[in-house]
Amino acid sequence: MSDNPFPVDKAGLLEAYRMMKTIREFEERLHIDFAKGDIPGFVHLYAGEEAVATGIMMHLNDRDRIASTHRGHGHCISKGVDVHGMMAEIYGKETGSCLGRGGSMHIADLSKGMMGANGILGAGAPLICGAGLAAKFRGDGGVGITFFGDGAANQGMVLESMNLAAVWNLPVIFVCENNGYAEATSRDYGTAVKSYVDRGAGFGIPGVHADGTDFFAVYEVVGELIKRAREGGGPALLECEVIRFFGHFEGDAQTYKAKGENEYNRANRDCLKIFRAKVTEAGVISDAELDAIDGEVAELIEDSVASAKAAPLPSPKDLMSNVYVSY
Amino acid sequence: MARKLSYKMAVNEALDLEMTRDPTVILMGEDIVGGAGSPGEDDAWGGVLGVTKGLFAKHGARVMDTPLSESAYIGAAIGAAACGMRPVAELMFIDFIGCCFDEIFNQAAKFRYMFGGKAETPVVIRAMIGAGYRAAAQHSQMLTPIVTHIPGLKVVCPSNAYDVKGLLIQSIRDNDPVIFCEHKNLYAHEVDVPLESYAIPFGEAAIPREGRDATIVTYGLMVHRSLEAAEKLAREGVDVEVIDLRTLSPMDWDTVIESVEKTGRLIAVDEAHPRCSIASDITAFVAQHAFRALKSAPQMVTAPHSPVPFSPTLEDIYIPSAETIAGAVKKTIIQKMVAA
Repeated sequence: MSDNPFPVDKAGLLEAYRMMKTIREFEERLHIDFAKGDIPGFVHLYAGEEAVATGIMMHLNDRDRIASTHRGHGHCISKGVDVHGMMAEIYGKETGSCLGRGGSMHIADLSKGMMGANGILGAGAPLICGAGLAAKFRGDGGVGITFFGDGAANQGMVLESMNLAAVWNLPVIFVCENNGYAEATSRDYGTAVKSYVDRGAGFGIPGVHADGTDFFAVYEVVGELIKRAREGGGPALLECEVIRFFGHFEGDAQTYKAKGENEYNRANRDCLKIFRAKVTEAGVISDAELDAIDGEVAELIEDSVASAKAAPLPSPKDLMSNVYVSY
Repeated sequence: MARKLSYKMAVNEALDLEMTRDPTVILMGEDIVGGAGSPGEDDAWGGVLGVTKGLFAKHGARVMDTPLSESAYIGAAIGAAACGMRPVAELMFIDFIGCCFDEIFNQAAKFRYMFGGKAETPVVIRAMIGAGYRAAAQHSQMLTPIVTHIPGLKVVCPSNAYDVKGLLIQSIRDNDPVIFCEHKNLYAHEVDVPLESYAIPFGEAAIPREGRDATIVTYGLMVHRSLEAAEKLAREGVDVEVIDLRTLSPMDWDTVIESVEKTGRLIAVDEAHPRCSIASDITAFVAQHAFRALKSAPQMVTAPHSPVPFSPTLEDIYIPSAETIAGAVKKTIIQKMVAA
């Protein structure tokens, strides 16, 4: 094995790959099981965007907080939310991360600093300002990361939050996951500026870009922004261009996409393939080592589905529980 | 020991006491310091009507002016609450809730339920409510029914300084999100208020006047109008009971039902519009749960189904008066039940 040219040690690289692969396997499996009719409700898959969640979350600990989106499974997995709990949640079971009360769009685990996927586009931005404010008052060096898509980038609450974070100098990073589609509408139809990065200047905060299909590009760029935020340097805006392998939601026929677009992206812009090629070509990790992880992840996901299917449903008597702490 | 204290200064005193007791209590709002970063005094205003005056001088950085950006800072207060702080955010006028309603009803109100009971969001959102200030359609509304409708929110609306102090202290200590409604036309109203700290539990209505003949159920400024109506009716030999709900969510249904079972007559008085209001809520509940006790059809006295007018002539007739309330009480007494 050669010297490691990457900014992450071998154990870290294996961890990053396992994280990305777990997200991919989780989402691919949901795609299949949703089509079979096993899963109730709305499901929005993160497959194709794994390098962003992983490249960011590799810098974070449980004290750091994230506020996610409707496409939140990848953020949850990489922030350390239990995969079995997540799968059971998506199946609406009592053993779910949120006792089956939230579903795919509302998975949260505050003990892991995961403040929730969110059904309201852009809603994480004000919330993460609060997380940043709490970290600032505590003086614990914690940071907050909020995610939003190229569509939600146009929500007023996102823009207002960038201003608030700037004037209060909060340790917060705004991450735009630009997958080119706001639901079905193209990014260029809904946004007049060429680059979301340009909006940083409008709020007096740095705006930087990273190729969201490249784990290392994301990891390095965001690492600097997070370090700066931890040291009191304030907020920043990061735009990552990513590929959404599936539709906006499961069941979306994706006829707004170009013919062959998904196939091309799967072949040429798959962040997992790009990662594998880089680490194996550098001779740091072997294909066999990655294949072994693939096998373990497949077992984990299979087991999570089996246990979710076998898990008990919530009891009707608990319909009204947990509306309030006390009432 | 008690002394006279205004409704407004009771808010100030409750905030001060809780900030002193608990370092996780922080305040934020537009101009609650009132002059931050300006060339003159940093805390020139202390809130647009001076409610938070002096708190910045005492508590410094824990009292924060915000940009005019309700969506961002109300959301930030909610996010900070989910991360272990106890923020009290001021939404200057409840009319501004349109700019931050998502943060309140889709985020704060739902975290606990939708995250399976694993979240606490101890945020207080203070807001001025009510008409009579010649502030026109966008600074005068009584939007209590809108927030009371939402599961996960608690809604408080005190009528006097004693209740303000005890209920605001309870709101800050409470582990659920609380919308704390302050009637701007009661800010100068004074009653005896103890110096020491005390909390008033939610869901316990007060009965500022006991009576045998009819029950008025109300809250906020309308408590005073209703008491005035009751005094007037007493001179005519009608003995009216007045219930001050104090909190709209949770609601003290027991006290309402017990009173109606005693008097047999209900007048629900609400400064909100009539449709889907606190008054219609009370009326429906009583009809459903105490129908047999009723001697006559319940009456509702509310503002009309119109925006709040600016012209003082119109605003004065928009707000329910003691005379209108007294008229409604009489209606419940002279009414004959159709089926005896």
